[in-house]
Amino acid sequence: MATAGLTSAQIRAAEVGPLRRWAPLIGVALIVVYCLAPFFWMVVSAFRRPSDQFDNSPLPSPWSLQNYKDVFKEGTGFTRGLLNSLIVAGTVTILTLLIGLVAAYTLARLDFRGKYVVLAVIITTSMFPGISLVVPLLKLFISIDWINTYQAMIVPSLSFALPLAVWILTAFFRQMPRELEQAAMVDGCTPAQAFRKVILPIAAPGVFTTAIITFIAAWNEFLIALSMVQIKERQTANVIISGFTGAAGRDQPFGSQMAAGVVVTIPLVIAVLLFQRRIVAGLTAGGVK
Amino acid sequence: MSESAPVAVEQRPETPEPPKKERRHDEGTGRLAALLLSPTLIVIGLVVVLPILMALRQSLYQAGGVDPETGFVSEGETFVGLENYTAIFSGDTGERFWNAFWNTTFFTVVCVSLETVLGVAMALVMHKAFRGRAIVRASILVPWAIPTIVSAILWRWIFQADGVANALLNTEILWSTEGWQAKFSVVIADTWKTAPFIGLLVLAGLQTIPEEVYEAAKVDGAKAWQAFRMITLPLVKPALLVAVLFRLLDTLRIFDLPYGLVGPHKDSVETLSMLAYDEAFNTRYGPAAAYATILFLYVALAAYAFVKILGADVIGEARAKKPPGGGGRRARRRQSEPAPGTPVAVGTQTGGA
Repeated sequence: MATAGLTSAQIRAAEVGPLRRWAPLIGVALIVVYCLAPFFWMVVSAFRRPSDQFDNSPLPSPWSLQNYKDVFKEGTGFTRGLLNSLIVAGTVTILTLLIGLVAAYTLARLDFRGKYVVLAVIITTSMFPGISLVVPLLKLFISIDWINTYQAMIVPSLSFALPLAVWILTAFFRQMPRELEQAAMVDGCTPAQAFRKVILPIAAPGVFTTAIITFIAAWNEFLIALSMVQIKERQTANVIISGFTGAAGRDQPFGSQMAAGVVVTIPLVIAVLLFQRRIVAGLTAGGVK
Repeated sequence: MSESAPVAVEQRPETPEPPKKERRHDEGTGRLAALLLSPTLIVIGLVVVLPILMALRQSLYQAGGVDPETGFVSEGETFVGLENYTAIFSGDTGERFWNAFWNTTFFTVVCVSLETVLGVAMALVMHKAFRGRAIVRASILVPWAIPTIVSAILWRWIFQADGVANALLNTEILWSTEGWQAKFSVVIADTWKTAPFIGLLVLAGLQTIPEEVYEAAKVDGAKAWQAFRMITLPLVKPALLVAVLFRLLDTLRIFDLPYGLVGPHKDSVETLSMLAYDEAFNTRYGPAAAYATILFLYVALAAYAFVKILGADVIGEARAKKPPGGGGRRARRRQSEPAPGTPVAVGTQTGGA
């Protein structure tokens, strides 16, 4: 179908003038610039010397790593913040997949009463405003001494991560032909064995994609981490960055913040570049952020 | 509480006649499903439903009331009924609340409209482009992947008084201070971050429309604009509605962007989420819970209205697979066109059938 679309469109492109032929390419260029220009500016600003921070030339001259050195200096807590982010987002991802896999498979395969109600409830909960959960949980966590702990960030993060993962995984499992399990069961597998030995290995790419999307969502979380943790040793990288204070009092240290932003974002951008096809499939299958 | 579920819950879930081979498994399937779903539902109950109920309860209490007998400020909390709510709607707090309410509404309406138009335009361009697809797809994911708070600080940097925005525009606007320009900067930053996301979802919807439909339209003498209005828009509508619904609900709870880009306690950009956070941060949990509950109701209402009025069919792919005459007749009537599937359904089309 893709080739058919391509040829007919090419024929159409050949029929019309050069303007029409080049228009899509110009459009594509505009979109790329739109998406990347601010990101480019972050990278450029991060590589300037702190003394030419307010220079607006398109490339840093000379290039400098000083901002990065400042970010990782002792006392900023940024290194620890990265580790904290990794712990929180990693745990959220693993927990979510462990819990969500079974639910998603059930929703995709079993026919039972109330199935769509359950699916609707799950997807609905992901739309609840985070602050409506944070406010009551904040008070609860204070009373059970959970403030400034990892679990105080991990548990509330499940509220958005779990529905997201279940939603995407359900869509992935639906794509797999039912004949797979049927064949396995004809060969003597129990349904549980069919799931473990046949479905899971084949679904691995989908599970992996869900893991990436969930991880990115948890890594980017800010409100929960900001509310639940007040001490630097437990704050995630995002909270640390937003709280950077400049050496010179009131001035916001944008250079360091941009450098820290690059450090936090680069792993995600690399993941996006490597797995773009899968991530797009996952996002459009789930239809959720 | 979850009965306020905005996404169409009205359909009869049972298929009238399930395929023959599955009937065998029907006995006990319900119990098995309940068993397998219970971990997820319990977790969701604990981290979502329970807190919402707790917030509701908390919003009826206030900390440190004055003990009428001793005259001292009492430890613990006193039940104050709806006082937290009535306080929200009157006096200075009332002004602050309505300001936050209108800011939230303004951001939602303006951002989502802009993002929808831009997103659809992007999707159309990407759909027509046959070169550079990979690079477009990768670059469109970049704004999505950047943490919102980082993008907020990035835009704050761009919008500095002597920053690159003013340099490029040759203006001297103090963007991230109070005023219309602060609102505007939040709108720009939000649009940058999420319009590509809508584009992505709409593109998935576009790709399900067969080329033949357009060829037939061309034979019938349809102009490009007519083809867009009569074919593309209706066929892409289910995908678009779902994308817009998600964006709508996401923008109603906007926090990171105004917080990082302009800052807390700024009248021009303070949203309901920021207001509730600020109250909780100052340990005024009662009022904070009241704000949180109001925001929750607002979101639920918006979602409900959106689904009812426009007929966004979030779990539509489930119904699309039902045999005709099965569940979801109402939903079907609402979108009477033979929708090839929302992006939600993109994968489903190839599989199950």
